[in-house]
Amino acid sequence: MPRFTPPVPKALREEPPAPTEDPRTQTPTAKAAEAGITVVDWLDERTSLSGVGRWVLFRKVPKGTNWAYTLGSATLFAFLSQAVTGVILAMYYRPEANGGAYESVRHITNEVFWGQLVQGMHLWGASVMIVLVFLHMGRTFLFGAYKYPRELTWVVGVVLLILTMVMALTGYLLPFDQRAYWATVVATNITGTGPFLGPYLADFLRGGPEFTTTTLSRFYAIHMLVVPGLMIALIGVHLYLVTKLGTTAPPWRRPKEATLPEAVKAEV
Amino acid sequence: MAPNGNNRYRSKYTLDREMPGAFPGETITRRRFMTATAHTAGAIAAASFTIPALGFALAPVFERVPHHWSIAGPTDMFVDNNYIPVTITTNPGLGEVGKQLVYVRKHNPQLDTDPYDRNRPFIAISNRCAHAGCPVRWVEAAERFICPCHGGVYDILGRRVGGPPPRPLDRFYTRVRNGLVEIGPRYSVNSELRPFSPRGPGEPLDGIGQYLYPAQFDERK
Repeated sequence: MPRFTPPVPKALREEPPAPTEDPRTQTPTAKAAEAGITVVDWLDERTSLSGVGRWVLFRKVPKGTNWAYTLGSATLFAFLSQAVTGVILAMYYRPEANGGAYESVRHITNEVFWGQLVQGMHLWGASVMIVLVFLHMGRTFLFGAYKYPRELTWVVGVVLLILTMVMALTGYLLPFDQRAYWATVVATNITGTGPFLGPYLADFLRGGPEFTTTTLSRFYAIHMLVVPGLMIALIGVHLYLVTKLGTTAPPWRRPKEATLPEAVKAEV
Repeated sequence: MAPNGNNRYRSKYTLDREMPGAFPGETITRRRFMTATAHTAGAIAAASFTIPALGFALAPVFERVPHHWSIAGPTDMFVDNNYIPVTITTNPGLGEVGKQLVYVRKHNPQLDTDPYDRNRPFIAISNRCAHAGCPVRWVEAAERFICPCHGGVYDILGRRVGGPPPRPLDRFYTRVRNGLVEIGPRYSVNSELRPFSPRGPGEPLDGIGQYLYPAQFDERK
């Protein structure tokens, strides 16, 4: 049994120093920490973001969660990498069909400091992102994570897959070399083979019946402005749903029998 | 029916609801009117930038593209049993992208027996494959146009003899001015070489094809 020592009566206790005079609060580190807390408190009082942060970060994760569950985050990271390198490339790129586009990409690759690295990251990162998207999708499918109540997460994910494909298609034209040009000619012609609406869609993509400088500007605008905005919004929805609904346990993990209702137990 | 609207069913008539200034047959309350006004104002504001933006993006689908005639070469440069490749500029100011290769041949009464080519002095065949738009090459020894992408093969008249193309190679209108052969706008043909307005690659023109892939607004009929 622990020995009980009665507390010292209040009147006999030594008066503690006021917080403003406490030498422990006067050190530079303590002052800096206090300033940080003040700033965070000021923001939190006005936005209540700390609750959101706790809601997003301190979630319950089912047992059996493994490395396959990181594929979504990996895809998100690939997207962020594409966004950052894309913005830097846009600072040097010129969407001119009359040789300007090719020349600007050549300038980025050969002359700009670290240009080859950034251009290479964007080029290969695109393939990495496509691969990761499909692995993430395969994980979701094989683990049955698309089932109730996560159908909407799957649908949003499929739209994101299509938008990733649109990014890959429109980005392919931008270097404007022979491969880019002919790939886009073939791609727009394939669009045109859809009955009734196809030819009009192809004309819309090309900005006319033939491949012109408008086509390059169009693809550039779609690649830089239209689709990234849509993707950021939909990634937000996707992440909200993931946070709200939580993740699933791997299919090989069975729930404990004791926790199941009788009706379900009979079926398992 | 409760006159004050406490009942689940509320009459749509202002008179039934004992509103001040109500008259028989009136259904629009002040609240409904304000709501509709706010929605209309919002719709007008949104349309005022959406419609111009859409029109701006969709205009090329409807805009008629002007065509011009470019000179291919003197009439004696061409023969009637073989094709001479000529590079013409279809879109000026675009550099290499605006150029296209055209295979030109003099009219040959033995070959061009179809009713549509009897009066054309020169035959000009586009090098864009009718399958996916890749550039075809005239192989003289085989007397065939061959596409490198997916193996489309065409005979000397540009009619498909093998591979995936759904129709013959496109052609160009030709004329002779001051002893020079000039190449004009492009047109598409079906398997009987009947001319149609220009279509994109991969669009068939035989049977139901000409209805599934109608003529475009931005091309001359």
